[in-house]
Amino acid sequence: MSELVAAHPRSREQVEVYSFSWPVAILTPLLAIFLQAFIPIKLRFFDVFDLPLLVTIYFAMSRRNPITGLLQGSIIGLVQDSLTRDMIGMYGIAKTLVGFAASQLGGKIDSDNPGSRILIILTFYLGHQAAYFAVARGLVRQPIDWHWAHELLGAVANALLGVVLFAVLDRFRQRA
Amino acid sequence: MGRGSSAPAITMESFLTRHKNLIALAVVLAGQIIGLAMQVRVNNAQGGMSLMRMWSISAITPVEKGLVHGQNGVFSGWSNYFYLRGVRKENRQLREQIEQMRLQNVRVEQDALQARRLQALFDFKEQFISQTLPAQVIGSSGSDQSRIIYLDKGSDDGVKSDMAVISPDGIVGKVLRVLPTTCQVLVIDDQLSGVGATLEKTRLQGILAGTPSGTLIIKYIMKDEKVEPGETVVTSGGDRIFPKGLAIGRVKDVTPGKDMFLNIRVTPAANLSELEEVLVVTRIVERERTNEETNGPVKAADILAARLPTVQPGSGPKFDANGNLIKTPPPAAANGTGGAGGNASSTTPKTPGATKPGGTQATPGTAPKSALAKPKPANSAEAPQP
Repeated sequence: MSELVAAHPRSREQVEVYSFSWPVAILTPLLAIFLQAFIPIKLRFFDVFDLPLLVTIYFAMSRRNPITGLLQGSIIGLVQDSLTRDMIGMYGIAKTLVGFAASQLGGKIDSDNPGSRILIILTFYLGHQAAYFAVARGLVRQPIDWHWAHELLGAVANALLGVVLFAVLDRFRQRA
Repeated sequence: MGRGSSAPAITMESFLTRHKNLIALAVVLAGQIIGLAMQVRVNNAQGGMSLMRMWSISAITPVEKGLVHGQNGVFSGWSNYFYLRGVRKENRQLREQIEQMRLQNVRVEQDALQARRLQALFDFKEQFISQTLPAQVIGSSGSDQSRIIYLDKGSDDGVKSDMAVISPDGIVGKVLRVLPTTCQVLVIDDQLSGVGATLEKTRLQGILAGTPSGTLIIKYIMKDEKVEPGETVVTSGGDRIFPKGLAIGRVKDVTPGKDMFLNIRVTPAANLSELEEVLVVTRIVERERTNEETNGPVKAADILAARLPTVQPGSGPKFDANGNLIKTPPPAAANGTGGAGGNASSTTPKTPGATKPGGTQATPGTAPKSALAKPKPANSAEAPQP
């Protein structure tokens, strides 16, 4: 029993837990959603990126609290849904799963390394797209197709943007 | 007894504490799945818009509208006051272009006249775009899975769902949902978009749809059909949203698909990547051509007269009182014009492809423009009687 208690602080030292001020926690996801809706009308290729997804992953991995992660992913996804043609809940479900998984993973590995961040974003992007596809095909019966080349390109593009974005967001985090 | 009843409660509490994260995940997911199911039911029954969607759009679009209009104001100020270099040269070039287009217009008018006569002949109903509303693109869905744009015009301006949205170059999409000051437009390169399309030359019809990468494809054209790259694609009018004949784009390449259909990729005529201003088609008039518009009543004979070699009245075979054929001299001898400009003799076959006055060959469907553009009137003495 004493060994278990002693192991807990050691793991907390190895994997830092961070918090964010209220303005950063609220305004960053809102800004991500707004930019995601606004930039593609000038730069069409920008819709291959998913800024709300990157913000979801970042906050979930930094806070390392599964409930906060899944709730934030859920809210960001639902707002993003409301701007699309789809039913509300498709991005919500996908980002809820990502928020939950990212916060679970954040407590187990060091996510400050750029290399590990690239791998994490690649994995979560593909997982997010797979979840969205499963909901669209399985629950809503939308006749959409899975294009591997397009999804892999999107994963790489988001991973590269994510490394830069995470470095910027690192400036706003505080040790909990 | 007390210890016995409290044991399951403690076990349940420890279970909830231990698995609180998974339980929270299950609750949130279940809530969203139930929400999805309710939307499916509501959408099928009413086709309405959820409150949350209305709130989100109403919160975001005013900011986008302000940014776009502010940006346009700055750019128009720049172009109006500071960027006037080269305007005189551009003006001269435009004048030259207008002169060339006037010449082209004369030919197009003649073709249009012919088309109107044919439409009247077959009782075609024409669709006219009688009213459009210019609108500014102010936002998008931001998702490659859902290609949506937002316009700065809504139901207050007369926009309704299922109205066509076009640009001067070609079609853009259709209005999906409408709010008082904004509307959602489903762009034609969305995966769930479907536009009735016709290949202009071969007249093959299919359905135009999009892909996640934004490529336009035409579905449901059989593999054994021959489609050439570069062929123009226009709307077929079959979707009851876009009027017939609007430009969609050009065939980029054609490959055999997985099933029995061709995989035809299309380059859009409208630049869907840089849409700034579009036109919402707010009124389409469908009517038949009147006699006045077609320059009087039109008969099949009029069209035939335009397409076939001219036959003069009385130039057919003649018979005497006993019913015997009277032989007439050849046209060259009869008219003394060498035959080139004379009437066809009674022995000359009156079929498409026969030699026309002036020596040109009239083949079916490829009659010279001069012949098509100036068909003979119905009451003309030269028109052959059916």
